[in-house]
Amino acid sequence: MEVNAVVKIALVGNPNTGKTSLFNQLTGLKQKVGNYPGITVDKKVGKCKISEALIAEIIDLPGTYSINPTTLDESIVLDTLLNKSNESYPDLVIVVAEVENLKRNLLLFSQIKDLELPTLLVINMADQMARKGISFDLEKLKEELNSEIILVSARKNSGIDELKNEIRNFKKWNTKPMASISSKIDEEYFKVVKNTFPEFSLYKSWLLITQQNNCNFLSPEFQQKLSVLNADKEKIKKYQHKETIFRYQIINDILHKTYVINRNEATEFRFKLDKILTHKIFGYLIFASVLLLIFQSIFEWASIPMDLIDGFFANFSEYAKANLPEGIFTNLIAEGIIPGIGGIVIFIPQIAILFLFISVLEETGYMSRVVFLMDKIMRKFGMSGKSVIPLISGTACAIPAIMASRNIGSWKERLITILVIPFTTCSARLPVYAILIALIIPNKRILGIFNLQGLTLMGLYLLGFTAAILSAILLHNVLKIENKSLFVIEMPNYKLPSLKNVFYEVVEKTKAFIVGAGKIILALSIVLWFLASNGGESFKTANDTVKQDIGNQNLTKVELQKKTASFKLEHSYIGVMGKMIEPVIKPLGYDWKIGIALISSFAAREVFVGALATIYSVESEGEDVGTIKERMGAEVNSITGQKRFNLPTGMSLLMFYAFAMQCIGTLAIVKRETKSWKWPILQLVGMGILAYISALITFNFFS
Amino acid sequence: MTIGNLKVGECGIIEEFSLDIIPLSLLEMGCLPGKEVKLLQIAPLNDPYYIKVNGSHLAIRKEMADQITITKLG
Ligand SMILES: Nc1nc2c(ncn2[C@@H]2O[C@H](COP(=O)(O)OP(=O)(O)O)[C@@H](O)[C@H]2O)c(=O)[nH]1
Repeated sequence: MEVNAVVKIALVGNPNTGKTSLFNQLTGLKQKVGNYPGITVDKKVGKCKISEALIAEIIDLPGTYSINPTTLDESIVLDTLLNKSNESYPDLVIVVAEVENLKRNLLLFSQIKDLELPTLLVINMADQMARKGISFDLEKLKEELNSEIILVSARKNSGIDELKNEIRNFKKWNTKPMASISSKIDEEYFKVVKNTFPEFSLYKSWLLITQQNNCNFLSPEFQQKLSVLNADKEKIKKYQHKETIFRYQIINDILHKTYVINRNEATEFRFKLDKILTHKIFGYLIFASVLLLIFQSIFEWASIPMDLIDGFFANFSEYAKANLPEGIFTNLIAEGIIPGIGGIVIFIPQIAILFLFISVLEETGYMSRVVFLMDKIMRKFGMSGKSVIPLISGTACAIPAIMASRNIGSWKERLITILVIPFTTCSARLPVYAILIALIIPNKRILGIFNLQGLTLMGLYLLGFTAAILSAILLHNVLKIENKSLFVIEMPNYKLPSLKNVFYEVVEKTKAFIVGAGKIILALSIVLWFLASNGGESFKTANDTVKQDIGNQNLTKVELQKKTASFKLEHSYIGVMGKMIEPVIKPLGYDWKIGIALISSFAAREVFVGALATIYSVESEGEDVGTIKERMGAEVNSITGQKRFNLPTGMSLLMFYAFAMQCIGTLAIVKRETKSWKWPILQLVGMGILAYISALITFNFFS
Repeated sequence: MTIGNLKVGECGIIEEFSLDIIPLSLLEMGCLPGKEVKLLQIAPLNDPYYIKVNGSHLAIRKEMADQITITKLG
């Protein structure tokens, strides 16, 4: 068989040009998400067969308006295209533009073209041309831009074959720069630049000069040379401005000769919709309804598959126990691994539904209107309109939410957003809330329509948001950081969402969560199981001790087993740890078993339910296990004789879980995003104190 | 006169000497001297401003809009 050659292709383009759609068309499900080394921006890479002998490895770079980055995400584009030792450094670049905003899209194209790499222009959304009254002279445009151009419609899947055909010829593409910046700006200066770096294209050298701070791949000697050239910051800034104006001049000239748009068509619709969606009353009402719909579906729709999953894993565990040969491995599987996996799988419905909504709202262009509507309000709390999306995403998981805050330009606004995100009710809290609410709040209706359990859950969500807002205000007033911000957002055209894009987005985000968080949860469940089924001296002699204790009491075999098991748990490693912290948590209304669950959910709160499940299933060894909820409900406080999970204890636990920072994954990501341990530690300690105090007050209030 | 003084629906031409004030990234999005801006909408609490300039639809904060000087049209 013939050996396949591989070309690396970088996909670059303005946001909303359909880059993702094109990527999905080219690669289908053959994509994977990795991380850029050192930073945690998702890097999407996919494979595509160009011809029998040629395979393309396509890298989808973050959307950007210019190669000059203003955010962290955008600096990846710069690094990938300038740094030859970057593993993603491409053999050729595809710049995605779209028919309607061609002028602005061509700015980025002109910058990339000047890097003198093989570059292809893809003009997307060809299907929209007639409707928008757009037409252009393709051949003439090719000539003017010195570049091959392919017209495609990623949505209608047209032009994709032509695109692949053209890619085969990439070695023959014209790599002449498009704009010769030097003569228009300062010929003398650029001559010096050219002489200093004769090996580079002039534009690449210019980018290195202007973006030195964003290029950490350069050697010290190289940095030295650059420092000489960019010493005069004012001059550099001025030249950058000139350069941009010059580029737009060239582009305007070219488009003037080749491109016609009849602007009056189809802008009416956008105008009318904007009026309604950003209206001072309707705008907020609509946004509130959208939020309500999202939360409603997270509770209502997701609860059906979640109950099924819960029941399935309980049965599965029993089945494994009954059918596998007895022994340590069976126990590990039935009590450690199966509940552990169940604890991860149970999140899928909620995460998927949440990302479904977010992705639809982004695809349609509505999210930008939300940013517009909310910016002023959010600024009162020290955040930005762009903080709204991360805060909503935080209701699924804080980790992607914190990453979504990357496009907030101002450091102070971004930092505050990152710090308060963990207060929003993430889906890891939901199973904890769900089970506690089911145990302590009666399933009653008030006023005929409102379900009391539902209302409690709603209250907890509001509590989370309130805590986030209040702490943001606090941070806003305390943090002394200069707030130099540039806030520009594009208001894209409204579009019908593409099902394919939404589907891929949901699959990808859910997968990333399962793999990321899943590893921690699974590992912890196994560790927990080990700690619960092993122990010191008194654990090993449990059988004899219990026999002695009961003396000549007449106990059935089952009762004896139960007593032994609970004695064992008490003296297992984890039991000893639980007992150790009992004095501290007693004022909150917890016993050592809850203490065990607290310890084990320190790293990931969702482990709480799994931990209790493990504890009670270890304890009920040999018995019919039933679901977690049944087991917890049957638990009795040995001192008061009341139910263990009664109102005061339950409420106190709810408060604790609402506020405490129990998520290693989040702490790690905050450390990475803020480049300092200071902020995650602040979160951990601050939220911990708040959690303890509010649980204490709540417990005493309800007792 | 700045963009910040415009009323919804009004237009102006960005003046040349705004060049030093307008940040590079805003220039790159098409907000260039000599171009016509139209104020499409102001968010409910009087901030941000939703403008159309050089074919781009952008939202900028009032503090920025207040700095970009224009000659009013019409
Ligand atoms: N009409 C039309 N819409 C498209 C086409 N390609 C993408 N879109 C839509 O344009 C929007 C932005 O697309 P997306 O791929 O998310 O763009 P990205 O932000 O550049 O990654 C989405 O609503 C897509 O469904 C196309 O060829 N024609």
